[in-house]
Amino acid sequence: MAVNEPANGDPERPGRLREFWFYFRENRGAVFGLWVFAAFLGVAIFAPILAPHDPTLQYREHLLQPPFWQAGGELAFPLGTDAVGRDMLSRLLHGARYSFFVGIVVVVVAASGGISVGLLAGFAPRWIDTIVMRIMDVILAFPSLLLALVLVAILGPSLLNAMIAIAIVLQPHYVRLTRASVLAELSKDYVTSARVVGARLPRLMFITVLPNCMAPIIVQAALSFSTAILDAAALGFLGMGAQPPTPEWGTMLAEAREFILRAWWVVTFPGLAILITVLAINLMGDGLRDAFDPKLKRS
Amino acid sequence: MLRFFLSRLLTFLPTFVGVTIISFSFIRVLPGDPILVMAGERGLNEERYAELMEQFGFDRPILVQYADYLWGVLRGDLGNSFVTKRPVWDEFFSLFPATLELSACAMIFAVMLGLPAGVIAAVYRGKFFDRLLMSSALVGYSMPIFWWALLLIIVFSGMAGLTPVSGRISLLYFFDTPTGFMLIDAAMSGQKGAFSSAVQHLILPTIVLGTIPLAVIARQTRSAMLEVLSEDYIRTARAKGLSPVRVTGMHALRNAMIPVITVIGLMVGTLLAGAILTETIFSWPGIGKWMVDSIFRRDYPVVQGGLLLIAVMVMIVNLTVDLLYGLINPRIRKN
Repeated sequence: MAVNEPANGDPERPGRLREFWFYFRENRGAVFGLWVFAAFLGVAIFAPILAPHDPTLQYREHLLQPPFWQAGGELAFPLGTDAVGRDMLSRLLHGARYSFFVGIVVVVVAASGGISVGLLAGFAPRWIDTIVMRIMDVILAFPSLLLALVLVAILGPSLLNAMIAIAIVLQPHYVRLTRASVLAELSKDYVTSARVVGARLPRLMFITVLPNCMAPIIVQAALSFSTAILDAAALGFLGMGAQPPTPEWGTMLAEAREFILRAWWVVTFPGLAILITVLAINLMGDGLRDAFDPKLKRS
Repeated sequence: MLRFFLSRLLTFLPTFVGVTIISFSFIRVLPGDPILVMAGERGLNEERYAELMEQFGFDRPILVQYADYLWGVLRGDLGNSFVTKRPVWDEFFSLFPATLELSACAMIFAVMLGLPAGVIAAVYRGKFFDRLLMSSALVGYSMPIFWWALLLIIVFSGMAGLTPVSGRISLLYFFDTPTGFMLIDAAMSGQKGAFSSAVQHLILPTIVLGTIPLAVIARQTRSAMLEVLSEDYIRTARAKGLSPVRVTGMHALRNAMIPVITVIGLMVGTLLAGAILTETIFSWPGIGKWMVDSIFRRDYPVVQGGLLLIAVMVMIVNLTVDLLYGLINPRIRKN
């Protein structure tokens, strides 16, 4: 029965996780990315405790106050205030929550949908496979941000709808990836032996084949986490994502646009937060890719 | 070879039909009645409503409507804009040169910097230069370009006062635009300073739109070069005593270019998506800004038609890249 189980009982071989960590650790950038990501996660969880002020509270006597190190700034508002006197730092910290939320939800929805459809396409008869893949081609023919934008226009602008749109747009990548891995695995001996032993289709799909397809999917998940954050911020920036006064980073940038030449901090910090988060995730993604595929492209 | 061409064309057709179905359904899944939306806040009486229903064909069976739509698409009839009343097709192609000009400049910018950066990084693999270039590439790849645009505006327009922040040319100049490409038209107009004004307006949008392609090309060139540099024939070339420049420049780069060119071709979608943000920020009168404006104005025929034309354009470019790739690399044709 346990034809496909990894040889964990073998004392010679280190556990999968240990082996993975061994390779992952070698990539210093990836480890750095992991730490930054952990910090981002921490901020997202503890934002209400960390933030010195309420992110939507307007201090009317402190409009567009610069960060504390500049003349006119004060430590009560370390990164300054925005045009209606809200504390930048508190808004940025709370913004991490939205970005993290967007990333998680989009990845979970897109990945679970994409993996199921991809598995189905890989195992189903040829004609179903063809139809499914053509549908994915159609979705991929539209530039992702444009399609997301139009979908949000249909559903109505909100953070939730932006997440749905981004998940729909990202999902074909998972379908393609899963299907390709499934097809590659299906011709291998262990699948044949599982069949011979009498494994039924669901078992074959989810227990025999799927675990062996996970490596590229996990890498894709990391990369689409960052894409989701970027696209959600872009939609927010265009006014089609989270709506004011939500302290979402893209929405904050949109509100800050008219002050770019007067108050550099309202523009600089939200973008910097997006960049650092996305960069950390991409560093991690590169490390994941190398660690899962140690033979390939070591550098 | 012919079989390869035909098989690729055969996959093109169903995708095209799918794209038309999506853009056709767009206007029909919108919340609210498209006719009432068109009428705006004034509203309209029942007779006018029925008249418009008939005019737009919303009262007929859905399949008939689709067949009609498809027939219109094939003849280049995408309906008229609610706002300007002009045909969507004409509007698209009068704005398209602006987007094409910007995208071409961004692509040239990305290739001119990305290729050398990738080659240098591969040659100095693991050294300081490699790390520096690849870290910068990763930053570029992770860049929220709408923020990047604002930063560049702060630095170059705000602080240095070097570049204008919006439009394609200064308002001081006025001339006919027969080609639609501002650089060419400005040069042909013969007006003093027109060309340099057009160039100045192009600089920031080009950098912004070119940043992500630049990073992708640099990364792709590096990994392709690394693969090629470890091949036997490179060792042979080195053993023959060819100069390092000749080995990397002629022997290696030529073969490393194949995957790089593919990536460049496949980046058209990325460019168009980037154009949406770039054009909106720099008020660049192209397709991206037109689409965003139309979405906000609820100019649905424009959104519908633009969506279709953009998708078809991306598909045609991808198909061309695919065919060219098959032409260069015979192994692809087998599958």
